[in-house]
Amino acid sequence: MKTVQNNNTVSAVSLSGPLEFKPKTSGTIPRGLTFLAVAIIVTMLLIILGNIFLGGIGTINWEFLTHPPENGMEAGGIFPAIFGTVALVILMVIAVVPFGVLTAIYLHEFTRPSSKITRIIRVAINNLAGVPSIVFGLFGLGFFIGFVGGGLDSIFYDNEGPVWGQPAIIWASLTLALLTLPVVIISTEEALRTIPRELKEASYALGGTRLQTIGRVIIPQALPGILTGAILAVSRGAGEVAPIMFTGAAYYLPYLPGKLNDQFMELGYHIYVMATQSPDVEATKPILYGTVLVLLVLTFILNFVAIYIRSSMRKKRATV
Amino acid sequence: MTASEKRNGTPVYKLVVRDIDFYYGANKVLHGISMDIEKNRVTALIGPSGCGKSTFLRTLNRMNEIIPDTRMTGVVTLDGKDIYRDFNDPSTIRTRIGMVFQKSNPFPKSIFDNIAYGLKVNGIKDKAIIRTVVEDSLKRAFLWDEVKDILDHNAYMLSGGQQQRLCIARALAIRPEVILMDEPASALDPLSTSKIEDLIGELKKNYTIVIVTHNMQQAARISDYTAFFYEGVMVEFGPTKELFTKPDRKKTEDYITGRFG
Amino acid sequence: MQDMEKFQLKPKSRFREYLGEKIIMVSAFTALIGVLLIFVFIFKEAVPIFTDPEIQEEASLDKMVFKQQYYEGRDPKFSWQPNSEVPKYSLFPLFIGTIKAAMVAMLFAVPLGIGAAIYSSEFASRRVREIIKPVIELLAAIPSVVLGFFALIILATFLQNVLGLTFRLNTLNAGIALGLAAIPIIFTVAEDAMTSVPQSLREASTALGANAWQVSFMTVFPAALPGISAGVVLGFGRAVGETMIVLMASGNAAIISTSIFDSGRTFSATIAAELGEVVFGSAHYSVLFFLGTLLFVFTFAINLGGDMVLVRLKQKLQGKT
Ligand SMILES: Nc1ncnc2c1ncn2[C@@H]1O[C@H](COP(=O)(O)OP(=O)(O)OP(=O)(O)O)[C@@H](O)[C@H]1O
Ligand SMILES: [Mg+2]
Repeated sequence: MKTVQNNNTVSAVSLSGPLEFKPKTSGTIPRGLTFLAVAIIVTMLLIILGNIFLGGIGTINWEFLTHPPENGMEAGGIFPAIFGTVALVILMVIAVVPFGVLTAIYLHEFTRPSSKITRIIRVAINNLAGVPSIVFGLFGLGFFIGFVGGGLDSIFYDNEGPVWGQPAIIWASLTLALLTLPVVIISTEEALRTIPRELKEASYALGGTRLQTIGRVIIPQALPGILTGAILAVSRGAGEVAPIMFTGAAYYLPYLPGKLNDQFMELGYHIYVMATQSPDVEATKPILYGTVLVLLVLTFILNFVAIYIRSSMRKKRATV
Repeated sequence: MTASEKRNGTPVYKLVVRDIDFYYGANKVLHGISMDIEKNRVTALIGPSGCGKSTFLRTLNRMNEIIPDTRMTGVVTLDGKDIYRDFNDPSTIRTRIGMVFQKSNPFPKSIFDNIAYGLKVNGIKDKAIIRTVVEDSLKRAFLWDEVKDILDHNAYMLSGGQQQRLCIARALAIRPEVILMDEPASALDPLSTSKIEDLIGELKKNYTIVIVTHNMQQAARISDYTAFFYEGVMVEFGPTKELFTKPDRKKTEDYITGRFG
Repeated sequence: MQDMEKFQLKPKSRFREYLGEKIIMVSAFTALIGVLLIFVFIFKEAVPIFTDPEIQEEASLDKMVFKQQYYEGRDPKFSWQPNSEVPKYSLFPLFIGTIKAAMVAMLFAVPLGIGAAIYSSEFASRRVREIIKPVIELLAAIPSVVLGFFALIILATFLQNVLGLTFRLNTLNAGIALGLAAIPIIFTVAEDAMTSVPQSLREASTALGANAWQVSFMTVFPAALPGISAGVVLGFGRAVGETMIVLMASGNAAIISTSIFDSGRTFSATIAAELGEVVFGSAHYSVLFFLGTLLFVFTFAINLGGDMVLVRLKQKLQGKT
């Protein structure tokens, strides 16, 4: 066996027999450092949550949740903002769920994963999920209010003052629907993957058409996933401010939105305005904290429910 | 019946295994396995799928310890030293008892770095030593001539058979005394398989080899001893020639004549 | 019930079937059409910058990119003052502000996100992992306006007191809160990349005498590196595009300063702060949509790139071992 030539240190190693290995370090340092990262993240999270909870819990009572603001936001409650947020996300869910579910079904049942169309749609979904929320706001303004709303006005109302071509709850919710579309699609798809193929084949074998199979087997089976997607979308939509700032949210309204083209108050926007534009920050602080706590609790409850449904869905799949 | 009784002279046992029980959770998959594995010989493990061959093999270099929720009782000694109790760091044992897997598993690195990996994790930094050992190991695995000009290419470029020989070379680089092979040729075409078999014949001059195989002819061709496992029990163990020509147990005979499994 | 159907054997409505499938097919293009519409309608409002001479008078590409002499006898400079008597639309101060905030966010989020991902995928027991992951999901679920609120009301005061800062609201403050928003992205993508490194590679490494931590750092981490970098890039994209946090916590001064203790104004915050008061169709309006176009194109490129890396990594790790 030849050794490597032109190398003078070769003699340092013999070509048979064991090599001299060094004892290894135990790895406490990498383990400790990475654990530290987890610890810092958890601590920050606890500080944020603890602070908001302690700061806000004193403000929260029945009055606060059911009454409108008074005295320039320095007193009263946040009922209109809660109402507006709920109305907003309901409209959003009605718009986003059908499209999200049908997209997932199309990707899963109608095409091969490797087909060009699937790949393009997937790229679009991923990109949609990464578009900054302020860009959605610009889009809502330019497309829904300017193009769609303005178009409706010029066709049906002869441009006698804006009816639809102005900020309104419908435009805000449609903007949010586009923003949350990826959430619904991804969640539904995860559920579709868990449906055993035999079930679908059984339906086809009994003479079911594709549409019947989708309606009677696939959608019912995927319901938990669809629900998870809808809940996560609501949680996301309820917290977004940038997309609705220019498309419908108002700082203060003396009435509740009753028509699709009304403006509305919203929790996140309320927080933003109170925190940055209040003339007397100290005076609004309790209400500000209270509002943040309400929004946070709302978001977290939705997320817990979604996590719970999803994990029980995963468990079910594991036993199938 | 142990191997030693069937051989004349005084054989040297590299590995001695006594009363191994093994559990995945509550599921007991090995029942009281004992075996003496002779130095510089090839010992083959055969048996139907799921009978515990891989599990047994992995008890010999403490590989099962990285699977959570497993438990083992019994003793394995290497040159008389208990590999579970006399070594604190299981990685030390694994440098003396190497392993080659069923599916070739090169790292997504260059050919050179694949071979050098074992040296680096064991604290050898001297570039000259590493270079020498890489070349030597590739030569021992009869791969040198095929790859000497492409050492910096990614290992995934190699064919399946070459990748497996690379994995063997990688195992050789840390100079183990024993090499455990778990169906090393089962995913390969006949030509690559025969190359691996030739290689094993060559390697046993310097190493003690334990090999799991599903291929009866292969076991007969390359091994000196054969152990037949069935449902977690070692049914029969002896020189390969005897086990294949006049097995003691009916079960063994049924299996090697293809009546089940 | 199926028995009943068999006996009735009604002819199925071909038309209904056809219509249903078409509806599904068309719906499936919502996301794609959405992305295209976003680009078209944002860029459309920015187009006058390139075509309308009247608007170019105030804000042309030149004026946004290069130093301008705004007043006679003064040195040319970069300046963003759209509401002054002589409107100034230099993007440079905003660019500095954006990069500065995103960099601080990354300095904070990358070590924490990747560190936590390594711990979760490599060292944590299954039970601990089942706790870490939902906790990070919880962090991801916090609305950005709440993080902005936290930075504005609590963190800013804390940092000012501890570091003795002149400005309460500054880039450091906003950057940390931005980092909190980026951590879940980095963590999730990096953790996913590491857990999808096949067990066979871990075994190969273990069998060569590597310790648990060596397996992690010398095999798993390098193999997952493309995915981990993709996570970092996606996190950076999030930090650049995030609006409410910087709007509330960074002070929003459009100054040219590289100090993280100074205030800064980002692209996204500029849009959010100024779009409300802008005159429809004015130069200022177009410039804000131009900023939006830049943000869109930038995040689009980042997401596309990150995505491609992840897809290819998965193929490599699954297909080749
Ligand atoms: N990681 C594991 N967790 C739980 N049970 C396992 C695990 N690995 C193997 N088993 C079980 O242990 C038993 C023995 O498996 P082992 O892989 O050792 O068999 P084998 O003889 O190597 O089979 P094959 O020829 O198919 O490779 C089987 O019943 C198997 O299901
Ligand atoms: Mg096996």
